Amino acid sequence: MSFVEGERDFLPTAPIENLRLRAALLEAVRAFFRDSGYLEVETPMLSADATIDPNLSPFVTRYLHGKCELYLQTSPEFAMKRLLAAGHTAVFQVTHAFRNGEIGRLHNPEFTIVEWYRVNDTYGRQMDVVEELVCHVFMVSREESGGLKESAQALPASRPFRRLSYKEVFERHAGFDPLTIGLERMQKIAASRGIVPPPGLTDDDRDGWLNLLLVEMVEPNLGQDRPEFVYDYPSSQAALARIRRDDPPVAERFELYVRGIELCNGYQELTDAEELRERIRECFSGSSSTMDRLLDSRLIDAMEAGLPECSGVALGFDRFVMLAAGAENLAEVIPFPFSRA
Amino acid sequence: MSTISTSNFRKGIKILIDGKPYLMETCEFRKPGKGQAIYKTRLRNLLDNTLIDRTYKSGDSVEEADVREGRGSFLFKDKNSFVFMDSNTYEQHSLTPEAIGEGNKFLVEGTECGMLYWNDQLIGVMMPNHMVLEVTYTEQAARGNTATNVQKPATVETGATVTVPAFINTGDKIRVDMRTGEYLERMKG
Repeated sequence: MSFVEGERDFLPTAPIENLRLRAALLEAVRAFFRDSGYLEVETPMLSADATIDPNLSPFVTRYLHGKCELYLQTSPEFAMKRLLAAGHTAVFQVTHAFRNGEIGRLHNPEFTIVEWYRVNDTYGRQMDVVEELVCHVFMVSREESGGLKESAQALPASRPFRRLSYKEVFERHAGFDPLTIGLERMQKIAASRGIVPPPGLTDDDRDGWLNLLLVEMVEPNLGQDRPEFVYDYPSSQAALARIRRDDPPVAERFELYVRGIELCNGYQELTDAEELRERIRECFSGSSSTMDRLLDSRLIDAMEAGLPECSGVALGFDRFVMLAAGAENLAEVIPFPFSRA
Repeated sequence: MSTISTSNFRKGIKILIDGKPYLMETCEFRKPGKGQAIYKTRLRNLLDNTLIDRTYKSGDSVEEADVREGRGSFLFKDKNSFVFMDSNTYEQHSLTPEAIGEGNKFLVEGTECGMLYWNDQLIGVMMPNHMVLEVTYTEQAARGNTATNVQKPATVETGATVTVPAFINTGDKIRVDMRTGEYLERMKG
């Protein structure tokens, strides 16, 4: 950034050509979904329901003199699934999501999310949709950005995108099977690579160790020559995705990486209300108030009434623009990032 | 002892690891998929200048190092150490040549420095990026041999040797890069 922090921080951090590109890509995304038969919807950003992801911290507030806490959405997932349960078949929205404590080159606590769902689609079919969307938007970006940086011109968009399972990417880049490896072996591999584990990472936190080795050994290699899907995650990382009872079982989830950067994630959605209740009880056994609140959510009511089989995807729009602009930092494509909000 | 939690991690904080003070040079926030947040940091040991990589997860905390900065100047060279004086307290502190780094060979009396203290002990100085020094001796270049690609040694006023172009003469003033010890330019006049 060329500005001096302080008295001139009323200025946007993003140059005007990036904001022009941003506007063009926003239009391209909307047109893509409209032309594919999705209905654009708007749902509340401020809700009585909060995420079930234990690794997300929502911003919490209250209605004046209100009794209950309200949450800024970490994604529009609950509300959009309630629409599906009410009979919608293909919906998308572009909205803001909020995640407390997440800030960095690739994170802003308030960000723009594109999220969509289609009834009767599989997550495999939705990987095709993502591939079409990404290629379409990168193409629009190249047309728009005659004078943009070379790095943006050379975006890795060759088709088909690579598709490897979570197991395969670990075998390829870290040399072990993440679904079956023992904790001691992971610790040895980390030590042999000179990776010092975080002080708070405990020996019983298997997913924490996988996460560490994913960040250190796998992610930097993903999507470098072409965009790359990673799918079928450990069942312990299912969130709201359906678990397939293979041996070992896997969560039917995918993430897309472009140049080592995670751009979106998609699920074969969990539709079984009872299984969701079980996951909530297991995950929040330490906090009965959170557990009770989640078990009482309108999403569970909607799933009880009948959430049809469906697949949904959430995409970080700011990162999308960042990649298209050949930028290195979200602040180059967000006019007023958190430090100037 | 106060602690710093990951949510307050940023470039420039000073922390203790295994009882030694470190400066956080970079901190990268990573949060893959549905996993926990990870902070990848690069830390510089303020005592020996070595770099290490450490990873933290959200909720971790580290001890803050009692490191403060001040102003001072170089006074004189003792047998094995360099003595500096703090501009505020007039207290004298000494440092080894290793703790000063490459620039120790070019320190002239009175040179102003930033001072770095850990638990009130001087652990480092920030010197100017370059110094102007007088050449006290260098061989006269052969007549006509003034090409800039011919190099020769020159002794400067502090006694250190600098590699200079052939056209530099005894008595010239030259600018030297304090971090690398390299010749930069001849001063006019």
